[in-house]
Amino acid sequence: MFLINCPFCGEREQSEFKAGGEAHIVRPKQPTELSDDEWAEYLFMRKNIKGIQFERWNHVHGCRKWFNMVRDTSNDQIKAVYKMGEKPPVK
Amino acid sequence: MTNNLRFKTSKFIDETYRVSFKFNNKTYYGFKGDTLASALLANGIHLVGRSFKYHRPRGIMTSGSEEPNAIIQLHDNSSRTEPNVRATEVEIYEGLVASSQNCWPSVNFDIGGINNLLSPILPAGFYYKTFMWPASFWEKYEYFIRKSAGLGKSPKVADPDIYEHKYIHCDVLVIGAGISGIMAAKMAAKNGFKTLLVDEKSYLGGSSIYDNSEFSKINNQITSSWLEKEINEISKLENLEIKIRTSVAAFHGYNFLLARENLTDHLPINQRENKVRQRLLKIRAKKVITATGSIERPLIFDNNDRPGILLSSAIKKYIDLYGVACGENNVLFTNNDTAYETAMSLIQRGIKINAIIDNREQIDSKISYEVEKNNIKIYKGYTVVDTYGYRRINKISIMKLSKDGQTVIGDKTKLNCDCLGVSGGWTPAVHLFTQSGGKLKFREEDQVFIPDVYPSDQISIGSCNGDFGLEEIIKNTLSSIKKFLDIDNSEYKTVETISGLNQSKRNIWLLPSDKSIGKTKSFVDYQNDATAKDIKLALREGFRSIEHVKRYTTTGMGTDQGKLGNMHALGIISETAGTKMGEHGTTTFRPPYTPLTFGTIVGRNVGEFFDIFRRTPIHDWHVANKAEFENVGQWKRAWYYPKDNENMHQAVQRESKAARDSAGILDASTLGKIDIQGTDASEFLNRVYTNAWSKLAVGKCRYGLMLNEDGMVYDDGVTTRLDENHYIMTTTTGGAANVLGKLEDYLQTEWPELDVYLSSVTDHYATISVCGPNSKKIVSKVIPDLDLSDEKFPHMSFKNAKIDNIKCRVMRISFTGEHSYEINIQANYGKSVWEKCMEAGKDFNITPYGTETMHLLRAEKGFIIVGQDTDATMTPIDLQMDWIVSKKKFDFIGKRSLYRSDTIREDRKQLVGLLTENPEEVLEEGAQIVADIKKTPIEMLGHVTSSYYSPNLKKSIALGVVKGGKNMFGQKLIIPMENKNINVTVADPVFLDKEGERLNAKL
Repeated sequence: MFLINCPFCGEREQSEFKAGGEAHIVRPKQPTELSDDEWAEYLFMRKNIKGIQFERWNHVHGCRKWFNMVRDTSNDQIKAVYKMGEKPPVK
Repeated sequence: MTNNLRFKTSKFIDETYRVSFKFNNKTYYGFKGDTLASALLANGIHLVGRSFKYHRPRGIMTSGSEEPNAIIQLHDNSSRTEPNVRATEVEIYEGLVASSQNCWPSVNFDIGGINNLLSPILPAGFYYKTFMWPASFWEKYEYFIRKSAGLGKSPKVADPDIYEHKYIHCDVLVIGAGISGIMAAKMAAKNGFKTLLVDEKSYLGGSSIYDNSEFSKINNQITSSWLEKEINEISKLENLEIKIRTSVAAFHGYNFLLARENLTDHLPINQRENKVRQRLLKIRAKKVITATGSIERPLIFDNNDRPGILLSSAIKKYIDLYGVACGENNVLFTNNDTAYETAMSLIQRGIKINAIIDNREQIDSKISYEVEKNNIKIYKGYTVVDTYGYRRINKISIMKLSKDGQTVIGDKTKLNCDCLGVSGGWTPAVHLFTQSGGKLKFREEDQVFIPDVYPSDQISIGSCNGDFGLEEIIKNTLSSIKKFLDIDNSEYKTVETISGLNQSKRNIWLLPSDKSIGKTKSFVDYQNDATAKDIKLALREGFRSIEHVKRYTTTGMGTDQGKLGNMHALGIISETAGTKMGEHGTTTFRPPYTPLTFGTIVGRNVGEFFDIFRRTPIHDWHVANKAEFENVGQWKRAWYYPKDNENMHQAVQRESKAARDSAGILDASTLGKIDIQGTDASEFLNRVYTNAWSKLAVGKCRYGLMLNEDGMVYDDGVTTRLDENHYIMTTTTGGAANVLGKLEDYLQTEWPELDVYLSSVTDHYATISVCGPNSKKIVSKVIPDLDLSDEKFPHMSFKNAKIDNIKCRVMRISFTGEHSYEINIQANYGKSVWEKCMEAGKDFNITPYGTETMHLLRAEKGFIIVGQDTDATMTPIDLQMDWIVSKKKFDFIGKRSLYRSDTIREDRKQLVGLLTENPEEVLEEGAQIVADIKKTPIEMLGHVTSSYYSPNLKKSIALGVVKGGKNMFGQKLIIPMENKNINVTVADPVFLDKEGERLNAKL
C-alpha cells in the first residue's frame, strides 16, 4: 500500500486517496468545433504505460484536493507529487 | 508417556507442569512448553494425518510453520474449532482437543487409502483430464470429489472470540528473532531507532537458542549462552518493543506489513474469556530488516513421505528444545554437514544412531570426524533408494551413487530404523522479500535463491540472505546493519566465532533409484501429493512455465505453499528440461506467509459493525411505526409501512391511493444536498447541468439533469436559488458522494478560475415531503405564518419560514405529480416536525409512505429514477427528455457527446411506457422485450425497467427501454416469460395526468 505525500496534508495512507486516471488531459475549450474523432480522442483514449506515468489523484478522505503524481508503474515508485496547474517536476 | 522418549534436560519444558490433552479421542500427557507435535512424538506418535490425494499415512515432518503433513483440526464440533492448524505450532494447554483431518473412518484405517493403490491411474492433471468429460457431468463428479477431498471442517456456529486491528508505526521493524535479528534489533534500538522485533515462535533466539554444541561458539561461549545474555539485554531496552507469537503475513510495497499477533491460543479455553484472541497488526515501518532464517530442504527419493521421516533439523530441535527423541533407532540421510549437528545432539543423550547416509564422497569437517569417533557408521557417496513400513518407517534400503550422481550402482543394503532424519541443505526464507517486490538471484555454488534487488528501504540478513555459517552470519549482520542504519557504533566490540561445520554440499534435486521413475513415489509436495514423476509428466506434456507446472501438478499449492518442496520442483524442471535454474522463473510467493483466520482479517468489523449504515433523523419514528426498511446505498430507508397483516403489495396499494386521494408524507432526508456558493455559482450550474440556470430567479427551483462527459445521464435533482450567489442542489440518494466528487473535480482541475464553493449538507437537514390534495391544508396548520397561496408560493418556488421559531426552508416541488411541499429543517428537529405534520394531517388521513410507493407514484407520472430506468448508456434524448437539453448554451458537461455518430442513432434503446393486454398482469422488472418470437435467434429489443400495479389507474403500468422505441407508439410487443408470452403495447411513459391538472389544481 502506497504512502502518498499529499501536497496539502503530507504523508498519508493510500486508503485515503482515490486514483483519477491519466493527468494533463485538458478538456477542449470549444468542444463543438471538434470532429467526432477528435472528441473521442479526448473522451476515451488513455495511455497505459509500463514505466513513468503521470496520474491524477484525489485526497478524497482528507482535504478533498486533486493533485498530480508521477509514478513508475513497473515498480510502483512514486517519483513526485505536485499541485494541479503546476508543471511536472520530472520528465 | 513412553518415558524412554523424553529426556528431562530441556529448560524450555516445565516438567512440574503436566498437561493432558486429547488427540483423536484418546487422552495423552505432555508438559507445559510442548507443542502438540512434540507432545505426540514424546508419546511415540508419528502418524497424524492422511495425504490429500492418495490418503497415504503421514507423520510429523518438521518443527515449525513449514509443516506440510501434521495439519489438524482443533476442538472439532465446537464454536472454537479451527481446521488446518499445524501441530508443530500449537502450544499445548490443559483441555486441548485435536483430531486428524482428511481421513475416514480413522487415521489408522482410511478408506481413501485405496487411492494409493489406484495411483498408477491417478497422474498429474487426472481430475482435469477425466472428470471434464462429458462437461455436463462435472456437477455430479464434484459432489463425490469434494466429499473425499477437503482439508478440515469449517466451523458451523459464530466465533465466540474477539479480534482486533492495530496500527503500528516504527523506525525499524525486525522480522525474526534469531541470532541476526536479535543483533540487528539491539543495534537499531541502541542507536535511537524506535524498533519493533517480531517472531512467530513463543520464544526468542531462533534455532541458536538451543544450540548447545561445543562445535559452535561465540566469544568462547556456547552459542545459546551468549545469545541468552543478548536477549536479556535487549528485553530491557526502552526503544524496543518485542512481540512473540507474531507472524508476519504480508510484506507490501512502501514497507507496509501485516502481522498476526496470537494472544490467547496457548491458554486453556477457560482463561480466554473477554480477551482478544488475535490481533492484526498493520505496520508501517521506515526501515525493514528481514531475518526470517531458512528452511531445511528434504531430499527427494522413493517413498520419502512415511511417518517417522523428519527433517534432520527437526529431530535436533525436538531433542534439544523439547527433550523428545523422535525415534530409538535413528538413521540420518544428508548431503551436507548440518545433519552431523543432529547426530551430536543424539549422541550426547545416548540415543542410538544406526547409520548416517551421506551423498558426499568426501566429508571434511571437525564435527563429522567427531561423529565418526563415536563409532557411527557413515555411508559416504550413498543414497536412500527406498523406505518400508506402512504406518511408521521400519527399514530403508541404500545404494552407492554413481560418480555423476545420476544413477545408483552396486548392491542394495537394508538398514533398520524407526526414524529417518533427512537434510538436503537450506533454503533461505525469501517469501516476505519477494512479496515486497524484491528480485532474487540464483547462487550456483550451493543452489539457492537469495535477495538481489530491494524495492524499498529494507535489507535481508542472516540465513534468509544466504549466510549459513555462524561466522558469516555474525560478520555480515554487523557490517550490513551498520551500513543500512548508517551508524558508527555497532554495539559489538569483537565477536569471535568457532564453528565445526563446513559448507560443502552435494546437491542432487531428484535422487536416483534402481527403479524406473514411473514406479517411484518421490514426493516433492507432501501436502498436495505431487511427485517428481508428476512434474516430469507435466514437462513431457509440454508445460514449461513454472507457474503452469505448479497449477497442473498442484505443487506448492497447499496451505504450506510449498515451503519445503518448491526448490526441488524448480530443480527437477531445470534438470529435465536441460535449462539453468531460474530460467523458468520462480513461483510467486503470495501472502499470507502462514494462514490467517477470518476473525483476524475482519477484526471488530462483525455483526452490526460489518457494514455501517446511515439513519435519517426520523428513523426512530419509522421503527416505532413498524416500517420495513430498504437499503439505499448506506442508508436505511423506510420501504413501506404494513398495517395489520398487510403484505407489501397491499401496503403499497393503500399508501399510493391515499397519497393521491388525500395526503401522503415521505421522509426524503436521504437525498443528497450540496450547498453551492460563490459569485460564479450560476455559471457553474450552467456548465454542469444540461439546461440553463442564469435566468433562474432568487426563490425559484429548477429540475436539472447532469451528464457524464460521454453524454450519458449521471444524476438528477432539483436545485433551488436561495440567494443571488447561493444555491442548494439535491442529488439522488445513492449518487450524493459521487456527484460532489465530480463537481469538485471539475472545479479544481478544469475551471479553477470559477469562484464557487461546495459543501455537503446532506446530514444537516431533515427533509419531509407532504403531498396530495390536502397537503396545503396540512402545511398551513404546521406553518400558519406562511402564505401558501399560488400567487405568493407557486409550484417550483421556495420560501424561508419558521416552525416554533426554528428556521426552515420550504420548497413547493413534486416528485409525485401532486400538489406538494418539502420542508427542510435542521436535522435535530426532523422527528418533531414530522410528528407535527402527522398530527396536523390526522383529519386528512395523512399516510406515511415509503420508497416503494414513491417509486410507484413517480412511475405513474413517467418520472425516471436514475440508476433504475437508466444505466450508463442512456442519453437525455434516449429518455425522451429533449426538452431539458439547452440548444442555446455554448457548452455543458457531455454536450458534445450528444451528437456523436453513435448517440444520434435512431435505433438506440429509448424509454417508453408499456401497457399489458391484460391490465391485471404486472410485468417483471428486468424482463426481456422482443417483437418476433418465431425467428430464432430471437432478437432482444430491450427490457422492462420499472413495473407496478397502479391503484389510481387500476391497471398495470411499466417503463422499459426498447430499440427505436420512440417511434413505436401503439405497436404490439412481447415479453417472453418462462411459461408464457405476455402481450404489451408501447405507450406514452406518462400514464397519469399528462396535462398537470392535479399539480396546478386550485386548492
